[in-house]
Amino acid sequence: MSGINDFVVKFATVNGSGSASANTIFAKTLFRMGIPVSAKNIFPSNIQGLPTWYEVRVSEAGYLARREGIDIMVAMNPQSYQDDLKEIVAGGWLIYDSTLPRIWPRDDIKVLGIPIAQMCAGKWKDPRQRQLFKNMVYVGALTALLEIDMEVLKATVSDQLKGKEKLVAANMDAVALGRTYALENFECPLPIKVRTAETAKGKIMVTGNEAGGLGAVYGGATVCAWYPITPSTSLPEGFEKHAKRLRVKDGKRLYSIVQAEDELAAIGVAIGGGWNGARSFTATSGPGISLMSEFLGLAYFAEIPVVLFNIQRGGPSTGMPTRTQQSDITLCAYASHGDTKHVLLFPSNPTECFSMGADAFDLAERLQTPIMVLSDLDIGMNDWVTEPFAWDDKRVYDRGKVLDAKGLDEFKDIKGKDWGRYLDIDGDAIPFRTLPGTHPTKGAFFTRGTSHDEYARYTEDGVIHARVLDRIRRKFDTAATLVPKPEITTRDKSGKVGLIYFGATAPAVREACDYLERDGVRVNACRIKAFPFTKEVIEFCDAHETVFVVEQNRDAQMRALLMTEANIAGTKLVPALNYDGMPMTAAFVRGAVLKTLRPAQAAAE
Amino acid sequence: MSYIQKPVAHHPALPRNALGLTRRDYEGSMSTLCAGCGHDSITAAIIEACFEMDLPAHRIAKVSGIGCSSKAPTYFLSRSHGFNSVHGRMPSITTGANMANKDLVYIGVSGDGDTASIGLGQFCHAVRRRLNMTYIVMNNGCYGLTKGQFSATNDKASPSKKGEVNPFEGIDLCQMAIQLGAGFVARSFSGDKNQLIPLIKAAISYKGFAFIDVISPCVTFNNHPTSTKSYDYIRAHNMASENPLDFVESKDEITVDYAAGTSASIPMHDGSHLVLHKLGEGHDPRNSSDALMAIRKGAAKGSVVTGLLYVNEEQQDLHDILDTDARPLNTLQTPDLCPGSKALDGINARLR
Repeated sequence: MSGINDFVVKFATVNGSGSASANTIFAKTLFRMGIPVSAKNIFPSNIQGLPTWYEVRVSEAGYLARREGIDIMVAMNPQSYQDDLKEIVAGGWLIYDSTLPRIWPRDDIKVLGIPIAQMCAGKWKDPRQRQLFKNMVYVGALTALLEIDMEVLKATVSDQLKGKEKLVAANMDAVALGRTYALENFECPLPIKVRTAETAKGKIMVTGNEAGGLGAVYGGATVCAWYPITPSTSLPEGFEKHAKRLRVKDGKRLYSIVQAEDELAAIGVAIGGGWNGARSFTATSGPGISLMSEFLGLAYFAEIPVVLFNIQRGGPSTGMPTRTQQSDITLCAYASHGDTKHVLLFPSNPTECFSMGADAFDLAERLQTPIMVLSDLDIGMNDWVTEPFAWDDKRVYDRGKVLDAKGLDEFKDIKGKDWGRYLDIDGDAIPFRTLPGTHPTKGAFFTRGTSHDEYARYTEDGVIHARVLDRIRRKFDTAATLVPKPEITTRDKSGKVGLIYFGATAPAVREACDYLERDGVRVNACRIKAFPFTKEVIEFCDAHETVFVVEQNRDAQMRALLMTEANIAGTKLVPALNYDGMPMTAAFVRGAVLKTLRPAQAAAE
Repeated sequence: MSYIQKPVAHHPALPRNALGLTRRDYEGSMSTLCAGCGHDSITAAIIEACFEMDLPAHRIAKVSGIGCSSKAPTYFLSRSHGFNSVHGRMPSITTGANMANKDLVYIGVSGDGDTASIGLGQFCHAVRRRLNMTYIVMNNGCYGLTKGQFSATNDKASPSKKGEVNPFEGIDLCQMAIQLGAGFVARSFSGDKNQLIPLIKAAISYKGFAFIDVISPCVTFNNHPTSTKSYDYIRAHNMASENPLDFVESKDEITVDYAAGTSASIPMHDGSHLVLHKLGEGHDPRNSSDALMAIRKGAAKGSVVTGLLYVNEEQQDLHDILDTDARPLNTLQTPDLCPGSKALDGINARLR
């Protein structure tokens, strides 16, 4: 598996030691050499002192899922030495700080000791600098071992530390220390190394949360309220960062953002803004959805547009706040008591966090309901090499069915009926709404979570209650025609084996399907982008005898949704479930498929 | 069915305000609260205040939570949009609505359960955010809709109708509001419309967070002889004379001659004035420590100090703090909101 432009490096460090910046510089440099890389930050729910890891997979072929089997381990944390050592593949390399030399209990790997602490102590006097620059020393050693383009590295360091020229020089000194040591003491380069490539040219490297925040700016959001929670926090922060630059006119802000007192208030503010005609959103993670559920039911029943980004993490309860999962599917699909059902979007990468993030506001206003964008920690917080963001300047926001004063005056003439807030005039189950302050005598109504008739009047009449509920359910059929269609990859037109996946598992599934094809198993794949399911998803299930459903949760939540909402027979839906909190690997997906289709081969492997 | 439309017919000679509207135009549907409920008097005071202020009803948004009090917005201002949200969450809904459009008048109606228990956090943070709104608590010391349980504002010395002892101290929302930095804090009594109407007008005119705690007896569950929130108790213990207030609307000229040193006039942002009297004898409502002391001294005597308790003459509201555009954010369209592809190219370039 490993070779030139095809290997995995893992950095094992202590969190809070400044390693994150050095590791990012390393990954970004390779990306700028045109090589596709994926960087997975595996960090503790802690600020300082605990083990943290950063895995960088280098793949000129563009396989960007996480891959197990570490080729080069940079072991900088004695706390995790033992486990880190085990992860190295036979024939791999271990780089460690040999200031305190050590005998490693493996003879099938090559140990490259660098007296990093000693070198830093000789170079810098300030203890903080001695600690900080250790990280750039190992990056320096890797430049020699992997033949990294020094010009590209220097440019990356300069960009990262823009405006801090002194720091750039000091960092490059540290790089030189490590590089010189490696050149003098090791055989450089290693047989696995990098070389300039074309595959990543034109792409961008960004986290899904920054992309989602930017999507909200482009989607026209003007009201944002949020409450800090990992791993969603960086999304509203990304919104604010970009809005500060892009949405200020004559010194005044064309947006508003409030850090709320809790998630209940955050969604309340967003709903209040949506009710009053502003594009409004909040962002949270699992526990936040639990807290927001009451309000989501109100927005569903009172039909108020609002956008919610859920950056999923490991549950249940507080679970694993710094690990990834896709385990809020059921929760979000049916959030709140009573009969509720919500529109969900499933971005697979930061590019889609941007585009779906923006589209969500159109959908929310068109459908007058909460739209939830279900990303996760892997997409949200890790740097992905992805397609650049694109925007059509001809695009005008779809503000949905909102009546202005003229619209209210002319309503009866045009539609043939008096306006009623919850009256389905067009047959698409979407009524017309009005905003406060529109007309002196027309269009006022009382928004409520209590049962109401078509004219927004309170009711305890069961017939009316059921009629309104039925109409809101029909709105879901309209939603199914508006949400994005799945991405279907056909490898065998008459094939009977299908695979359904969504979200962050996309790179692992694509890679696994390539491997399976080499194994002689051609699998057609369908990436779901939204709930409710569009007809293409149902047709895909119908066209295949066996459909694997790949997801990162224990209870096969998407599979259950397919059975309940699309009436797909459970017998043909084979769950392929991973829920250990780590990003999905191709090996897992391939293994899950082979276990069912070729049990003998799977067992032998 | 607990929704009753009021007949629209009314006497042709009803007085009209500057907008040509009658009081009836500011009413809502028929109240379904118990006969004699204090909340209905507050509803009437809100109607009267808005009518007399010539407010265009459609420029008002009325917002509430859950409970008897929160049903009240149905009974006034039928030409205004209303939002009966979820229990204790009126402040967050109003925050979002206000962020979206700062040009409307926001009247929030809540109860003692809605504000002092389930919504205490949201109440505190709405104050902290200096939300430009009028926040009225219809305070009866009990949960009416669930049949009379104690609320958190019920006094410790006030047992239930069945004689059950209230084991916990009551929360004084006015003291809290002052401590949290509300710019306008008043207490009143549903049975004193001469005091309540000018207070509501002044609160609406105030730019910033205006809070009015209105003692509003629950005739069904908390109006017995041992209750400290009954009509009789409040009538006997109301220190309404503490701070008499005149609210002078912008169209009126200040003609009354006030003795120097005994009164103060505070201009509101809409051109109206608050005239405070008896500063020497009562407390100076411009001083928050004085205000807190007056409330506590009164409470120690078993009295309820009503009137304007505190006013901060210079308060920024949320939009001042957030530094938002002069236009309401909900009026901005695609060209203002979308930075376009060229800006995006620049962002893409920085991410390469």
